[in-house]
Amino acid sequence: MNTVDSEVLLSATGLGYAVRGVEILHAVDIELRRGEILTLIGPNGAGKTSLVRILLGLKEASCGSVHIRPGVQIGYVPQKLHIDPVLPLRVRDFLVTAGRFKQERLLQVLQEVHSAHLLSASVHTLSGGEFQRVLLARALLHQPDVLVLDEPAQGVDIIGQQALYRTIKHIRDRHACGVLMVSHDLHLVMASTDQVVCLNKHICCTGHPDDVSGHPEYLKIFGQAMEGLAPYSHHHDHSHDAHGNVVPLERDNQAVADDR
Amino acid sequence: MIDDFIINALLAGIAVALVAGPLGCVVVWRRMAYFGDTLAHSALLGVALAVSFELAPIIGVVFIGILLAALLFWLEQRRELSSDTLLGILSHSALALGLIVFSYIQLRVPGIDLMAYLFGDILAVSTDEIVWMFAGTVFILALYAGLWRPLLTISVNEDMARTDGVRVALVRFLFMLQLAMVIAAAIKVVGILLITALLIIPAASARGFSSTPVQMALLSAGLAVTAVVVGLGASLYQDIPAGPAIVVAAALGFFLTRLPRLRY
Repeated sequence: MNTVDSEVLLSATGLGYAVRGVEILHAVDIELRRGEILTLIGPNGAGKTSLVRILLGLKEASCGSVHIRPGVQIGYVPQKLHIDPVLPLRVRDFLVTAGRFKQERLLQVLQEVHSAHLLSASVHTLSGGEFQRVLLARALLHQPDVLVLDEPAQGVDIIGQQALYRTIKHIRDRHACGVLMVSHDLHLVMASTDQVVCLNKHICCTGHPDDVSGHPEYLKIFGQAMEGLAPYSHHHDHSHDAHGNVVPLERDNQAVADDR
Repeated sequence: MIDDFIINALLAGIAVALVAGPLGCVVVWRRMAYFGDTLAHSALLGVALAVSFELAPIIGVVFIGILLAALLFWLEQRRELSSDTLLGILSHSALALGLIVFSYIQLRVPGIDLMAYLFGDILAVSTDEIVWMFAGTVFILALYAGLWRPLLTISVNEDMARTDGVRVALVRFLFMLQLAMVIAAAIKVVGILLITALLIIPAASARGFSSTPVQMALLSAGLAVTAVVVGLGASLYQDIPAGPAIVVAAALGFFLTRLPRLRY
C-alpha cells in the first residue's frame, strides 16, 4: 500500500523522557500515516512502552511534542492486561465497558477478529490468543483511525501469532486506519508491516522491514541474539485458523470477502 | 409486638446494607479493602471534629476522608514505599489521633460513648436518622448507577479507561466520596472498626455465584441485607452486641459459600 501521500494521523518530534535523571527516550521523531502499519521494535528497556504511553497522552514527555490530527479516534490495546478473577466478566460485559453498543455491533467487531462465538464466554476462561483478539475487538468498537497495540501477540503461540498479525493486516486494509504496533520480534511481524522503527532509547534505524533487518544498527542490537537462531524461511501449503483447524492458505482473505 | 427501636434498627441496617453490598464489589474489584479500612479508621477523627464544631458527623467524616485521600496521593508520588505500607501508617495514625481528639470531646460532652462509635449502636437509631439514611442510600445508589460504566472500566484497566476518555481521577474521587458517606452512615450500624467487613464480605460471598458484574452487585446487596437481618435477630434473642453479630452472620455466610457442594 502506498502510504507516502496519505494523511499523517499522529506524529511526534524531538521527544525526550527521563525519570529521576535517567534518560529513557532521546530525540525521538515518529510519524504514523493513514493505512500504514508501523512496528516499533527494540530490546527490553528500550523505552517502547514509554513512547507509546506518551503518544497516547498517558504520560508526559520531558521535552518535545506530540501532535494528533484533530478528530482522530484512537483504539488502544494495552500491554499485559490482567483482569482480576474476582471481577466476573463475560466478553460481552468487557466490550460494553467501551460504551453503549447494540449486540449486532458487538458481534460485528468480534467477527472481524474471527471470535463471534466468544460473546458470552467468561474472559477468565479465554486462551492467550482468544483474549488478545477480544482486546482487538474492543479497540475496534469506536471505529478508530489509529490502532495502538502494545505487544499484541504476547501469550500467543507462534501459529496463533501469525494468524493474529494477518488479522491486524486485514483490519488495516478494511478500515484504512493507521496501526502502531510494539513488538520485540521482527521476524514474526515482518510480513505484515510497512515500516519498522528500531528503538533503543533513541531511534537506531527506520525503514522497510527488509532494509532494517540488514541494517548495522539493527544487527548490533539484535545480531547476537539471532546467532544460532537462523530464521527458517519456508512456505506452508496450509494454515491454521483461530481454533487450530487446518485451512488452505489465504483463508483469511476469503473469510473477509465472505463477511462482506 | 415488635418494639419501635427494633424496627428502626432493622431499617437502618437495611439502608446501609443496600449500598454497602454494591459499593463493596468495587472495593473488592479494585483491591481497595485496605483503603476502605483506612477511611473507616479515620472516620473517628472526622466524627470527633464534627462534634467539637457542632456539625453533622457525616461532614466531618467526608472532610477527613478527602484529606486522607489527598495525603495518600501525595505520599504515593515518591515511589519508595508501597501503598499498603502508607495505608498502614495513615490508618493507625488517624485512629490514634481520633482517639486523642475524642478524649477531649468526652470531657466537654458528657454521655458521649466511644464504644458506640467503635462497635456501633444500631438499637439507638432515631426515626429522624433513618429518614436521612434512606435519603443517603437513594442518593449514593443513584450516583453509583450513574458511574457504573466508568467504575467498571477503571476496575478492568485504568490506562484503557483513560484512552477511552474516562476521567479516571474524577471517577476515583467520586467513588471515594461515596465510600466516605457509606462509612459515615454505617458507624451507627456496625461501628468504625467493623465497617470494612460489611463492604467486602458480602461482595466476596457473591463472587462465586455471579457470572456478570451486575449479578455480583445485586447479590452482594441481598447478602448484606440478609446478614443484617440474621445478625440483628441473633442479637435480640441471644442478647449479644448487634454490630459484631451482623459481621459474624456475614462471615458465616461467606464460609458457607466456600463449602464445595454449594459452588458451581
